[in-house]
Amino acid sequence: MGYLRQVLTICGKDLRSEFRTKEALNASLAFALVILLLFSFAFDPSSEQINEISGGLIWMAFAFAGALILNRSFARELFNDCLDALIYSPVPGSALFLGKALASYVLLLIVELVSFPIFGLFYNVQWARKFGWLLFVLLLASWGLTVVGTMFSALTVNLRLRELMLPMLLYPMMIPALMSAMQLTTVLIAGQDITGDNWIWVRLLIGFDIIFTALAVAFVETVLVG
Amino acid sequence: MREKLIYLMGLAAALMLVRNLYVILLGLPDEADQGAIYRIIFFHVPSWFTAFGMFVASGTASALYLARKKQSYDELAVATTEVGTVFVAIGLVTGMIWARIIWGIWWTWDPRLTWALITWLVYAGYLMLRRAIDDPTARAKNSAVLNIFSFTSVMITYKAIDWWRTQHPAPVLSIRGAGGAMDPAMEQMLYLNWLPMLMIAIILVMIRMRQEGQQREIESLRRMAHAV
Amino acid sequence: MSAVDVAGVWKFYGDYPALRDIRFDVHPGQCLALLGRNGAGKTTLLKILAGLSTAQKGDVKVFGRSVRDSAARGSIGVLGHGIGVYDELSAFENLKLFANLYGLADAEGTARAWLKRVTLENVADALVREFSRGMRQRLAVARTFLHEPKLLLLDEPFTSLDDRSIALLQGVMAESLARGATVIMSTHQLREAMELASHVVLLNRGRLSFHGARPDEMLADPTWLYRQYGEG
Repeated sequence: MGYLRQVLTICGKDLRSEFRTKEALNASLAFALVILLLFSFAFDPSSEQINEISGGLIWMAFAFAGALILNRSFARELFNDCLDALIYSPVPGSALFLGKALASYVLLLIVELVSFPIFGLFYNVQWARKFGWLLFVLLLASWGLTVVGTMFSALTVNLRLRELMLPMLLYPMMIPALMSAMQLTTVLIAGQDITGDNWIWVRLLIGFDIIFTALAVAFVETVLVG
Repeated sequence: MREKLIYLMGLAAALMLVRNLYVILLGLPDEADQGAIYRIIFFHVPSWFTAFGMFVASGTASALYLARKKQSYDELAVATTEVGTVFVAIGLVTGMIWARIIWGIWWTWDPRLTWALITWLVYAGYLMLRRAIDDPTARAKNSAVLNIFSFTSVMITYKAIDWWRTQHPAPVLSIRGAGGAMDPAMEQMLYLNWLPMLMIAIILVMIRMRQEGQQREIESLRRMAHAV
Repeated sequence: MSAVDVAGVWKFYGDYPALRDIRFDVHPGQCLALLGRNGAGKTTLLKILAGLSTAQKGDVKVFGRSVRDSAARGSIGVLGHGIGVYDELSAFENLKLFANLYGLADAEGTARAWLKRVTLENVADALVREFSRGMRQRLAVARTFLHEPKLLLLDEPFTSLDDRSIALLQGVMAESLARGATVIMSTHQLREAMELASHVVLLNRGRLSFHGARPDEMLADPTWLYRQYGEG
């Protein structure tokens, strides 16, 4: 079976499992909403100030809610020793990784695309003025978050304190990508285009994605095989 | 032999530090704008250099471990990371003291301080991961992979913070003059003080490596004892 | 060519050797019983043979290839302690998934055929989480054998099986052996194992104590080997 088909089979399996129970999806969505709600007490939602921090707010919600989905990625394989079954199957470790990353990516994007209108509602912000570019930033930054998060899900899968360790390891490493996403999102939500100075954040996101995807694909097999 | 080397280095480092302290406190003049406190830079900046050197060594050790699977590379990786983390902490604390004296506040989002904090967190994560894995081989292997990620991340973050700083300027802790130059005597002292700090770092790494090896031996002996 | 060639394998946990210099080979068509007390290293060795773990020293070849080679893994079937099927998927979906992962041409047809073989065709579309233990075990057997592996690695396969499942497993194993497959199974249920085994390997605290054809004495008294080669 071709590499791509293996990746898609694994991705399909994860998505089918998740849509049947919707456990991680619901938890993640609920968490994102709660965070947006909590922020409304931290800042005055009606003030002009919101425009300056909109990108920061929304990406913090995504980062925290995303961890729930990412943690599940390899953790869901522990029941019935399914992870072993996948590792001793002919599927290469990198294909297993990419399949799972792709599934988490889809789930994360769903949470994000549902959260945006709600964010707009709560904070009275017209968020979709530059929707095309916003989607572009969303796709890039979410992939960075997914690829590092899925890798760490594999790394921490056998640990007792997996739920604590994943965020602790993930967030410091995500800072360049989150920083870029926040900056670009703030600009786009304000209805402006990405201008000269801000292109550097797009380049950073692309570079981040390429470098960490390459590292993850290279090392995931080492991590999975004992 | 190894013991002798450690003692010799320790002695050399101690002598240098004493001599340097004398020059720093009594020999060099006060700085124009900052007064006396600028002298902390002679510990603040070299601790960054040392920490960075430690992290480069650590990343290399992890890469070598993954290539060769020799336990001594794993020992080197954890020892250098721990010592590096300590020196980052020294850099952070000296930086905060300095900021408090010249600006009256403990923390500004000075780019280097910010980056140091992120770096500290990244490597603290590495140390936490090691604690959480019991099997020594899995511990060595998985933390080595994490270390590759950590080092890459630290490098990327360095550049990212630099760019962020150009868009969101923050005050910078420095003693460079108007033309961006430092007084030559001060610059020389910076490097002269780096040498003993580096030697202390190396001594700590050597001691820690030996301890790690002994720890592993003890764990294996315990396992053997249980098996009987 | 041997089916499995274990050459000087050592496995360490830190400095502690769980497996020491294990050497043996298994020829195609043999059914090897892997014996040893708990902690002797049976599961450790099977994990290395399955490609779940790597040996620090030494080499393992399956049909002349390294185990981490995808082509080799496609001809290996593994049944470990866990059943290796997904609770949230149906029996049919599970078997179809693994048929696809093992590159079978007609995944759906194979899945249906095996559901019938293990008498689960009536619950093909029910989710595994609703199954009884016996049903899960039968599904696990289907998953292990559906790609007609040339090498079977079974870790204590008869432990905690109900008698219906034991009969099923013995039947499927016999069929595979008749096809020329090779079986390596670690076991405590010595009687069921001895009936099928042609060869035996005894591990004692990580060392290989015995490797050879199954002695006839063992049919009557399965613990004969332990006493012969001293456990202590």
